[in-house]
Amino acid sequence: MSILVFAENWDGKFKKQTFELISYAHALSKSMNTTVSAISIGKVDSEELNKLGTYGASKVLNVTDCRLYNLDNKAYTMAIAQAAAKENSKVIVFAQNNTGKAISPRVSIRLKAGLASGVIGLPTSFEPFTIVKKTYTAKALANVVIKTDVKIITLSQNAFGIVENPTTANIENFAPEIADTDIKSTVIEVNKVTGKILLTDAEIVVSGGRGMKGPENWGGIEELAQILGAATACSRPVSDEGWRTHEEHTGQTGKIIAPNLYFAFGISGAIQHLGGISSSKCIVAVNKDPDAPIFEAADYGIVGDALKVIPELIAAIKELKAN
Amino acid sequence: MKILVCISNVPDTTTKIKFVNNNTTFDATGVQWIINPWDELALTRAIELKEAHAGAITEITVVNVGLPTTEPTIRKALAIGADKAIRVNADPKDAYTVALQLSEIIKKDSYDIILCGIESSDYNGTSVGGMLSELVDYPSVSAVSFIDIEGDQLKLKREIDGGQEIIGISTPFIGIVQKGIAKDARIPNMRGIMMAKTKPLQVVEPVSADLYTDFVSFDYPKSKAACKKVDPENVKELVNLLHNEAKVI
Ligand SMILES: Cc1cc2nc3c(=O)[nH]c(=O)nc-3n(C[C@H](O)[C@H](O)[C@H](O)COP(=O)(O)OP(=O)(O)OC[C@H]3O[C@@H](n4cnc5c(N)ncnc54)[C@H](O)[C@@H]3O)c2cc1C
Repeated sequence: MSILVFAENWDGKFKKQTFELISYAHALSKSMNTTVSAISIGKVDSEELNKLGTYGASKVLNVTDCRLYNLDNKAYTMAIAQAAAKENSKVIVFAQNNTGKAISPRVSIRLKAGLASGVIGLPTSFEPFTIVKKTYTAKALANVVIKTDVKIITLSQNAFGIVENPTTANIENFAPEIADTDIKSTVIEVNKVTGKILLTDAEIVVSGGRGMKGPENWGGIEELAQILGAATACSRPVSDEGWRTHEEHTGQTGKIIAPNLYFAFGISGAIQHLGGISSSKCIVAVNKDPDAPIFEAADYGIVGDALKVIPELIAAIKELKAN
Repeated sequence: MKILVCISNVPDTTTKIKFVNNNTTFDATGVQWIINPWDELALTRAIELKEAHAGAITEITVVNVGLPTTEPTIRKALAIGADKAIRVNADPKDAYTVALQLSEIIKKDSYDIILCGIESSDYNGTSVGGMLSELVDYPSVSAVSFIDIEGDQLKLKREIDGGQEIIGISTPFIGIVQKGIAKDARIPNMRGIMMAKTKPLQVVEPVSADLYTDFVSFDYPKSKAACKKVDPENVKELVNLLHNEAKVI
């Protein structure tokens, strides 16, 4: 028996979320009296693979089949299902991100395993296996019972945190049986943003809304993000207007994020926007309108002009960092 | 080519969410129901494709797994421009049972392009499209933000964490779509609404299915402490609080 984690990498380095998944699986393995195995697909060197041991994985199945360098939903499903069978995995853990959303439901059908997506913590009961997930765009939480023998979970970002549980990971090459005809999609072109902090991985996010008035005012947001090591984001109208790329749009129809700190400058806090950011640990709002709904979601707030507050905030943070 | 768009019937996004029967049942009193936003955008793109590739796409069908109460939502999809509709007469209890009913529809009739939204704004399952793909063993691509026809292939854009990929794929295939697939959803006009009344809406009885999951009860997220307001003349105080109290910078 084991718990299997899909350990996703980004250009050969494991994502922060992967370490969170291993930490989570480790805590789960203690309650279930079992061990954690991980499956890594792609070109990852052994030093990086060993890192999975730091968070509690005692075994890593390393798939280096070059046909799988690009995500193909069916081929990845086959690889993970075969790994789960080999490891006799009772629980399989994915991240609730685009990759997890693409593969976990397919694995669920292949293994006849119930899936709970976007869960926010460890099971609240093992008999029956009950777990809490977000529903109604984070306006409610559901207690879900997974009724099948094998269970699949996708974990919401930052829902558990990263915990070190040092152990030695046994790294084993694993070659799943996949026929060329199983791979149906061809990646023609990859356009990756480089040198920027990924919005979905960022600890701090600095975001602006229509209250920022226009794209010419984004210099302050970028500078603030830069000194904080943060990612930048925006509300939907800002990306619809083309002031910022739609990569940055957070909310119900954009990216769902949960950083430690979220700055909302000139964002009203419409319910659809909150749907994407309300799980942030700490929310700071700056808005001219004292009745803006963002203040109901915020931990700290300033009723004032964002364009005036941002430069002062930059100065104060620079001062803090200098001391 | 024939397109099938899977649509879910969900509470309007501004609905105040309440539960009854000891927090086991969603309270539908006074709720306005809509086409799930991502599904509506998928349908919009399907209609755009049919208009742009006259003749190549012959028919757009929408399918919903739902009780008779979902018919106004289905009629709206017809009014926007779908040619016909199917309703599988079942209460959608979990993602697996929905995907299973949809797979039966695909096995009965052949479709070249099947579109699903990436999630529904009620259970936020992000599951049905992927499950359906595996049930019918079709290739699937998720987080699709663009789709067009190029010769006998489809050209897609897939969103990845920090960028996009351009993907080629042949039919039949299942596209699990997200924001960007179409800009704005279409508003039905009078002619569309009139025509929708005469378009076929077929009702199909469900196959029996076991539940993989059971949504036993609901809770509300913990309410937050009141927002601490800082004087706009004292921005340093905010930095101080973030550093010493919240310990986030
Ligand atoms: C189906 C659906 C899905 C949606 N999905 C999303 C989504 O994913 N994400 C999203 O963001 N929205 C989404 N929306 C749109 C959402 O309803 C709001 O329209 C949007 O979030 C508002 O963006 P905003 O706060 O930037 O702009 P506004 O609503 O225009 O608010 C601007 C705010 O800035 C303040 N302001 C103005 N000037 C200043 C200043 N100088 N300094 C400080 N404050 C100032 C104003 O008081 C106001 O509160 C969706 C809508 C629908 C119908």
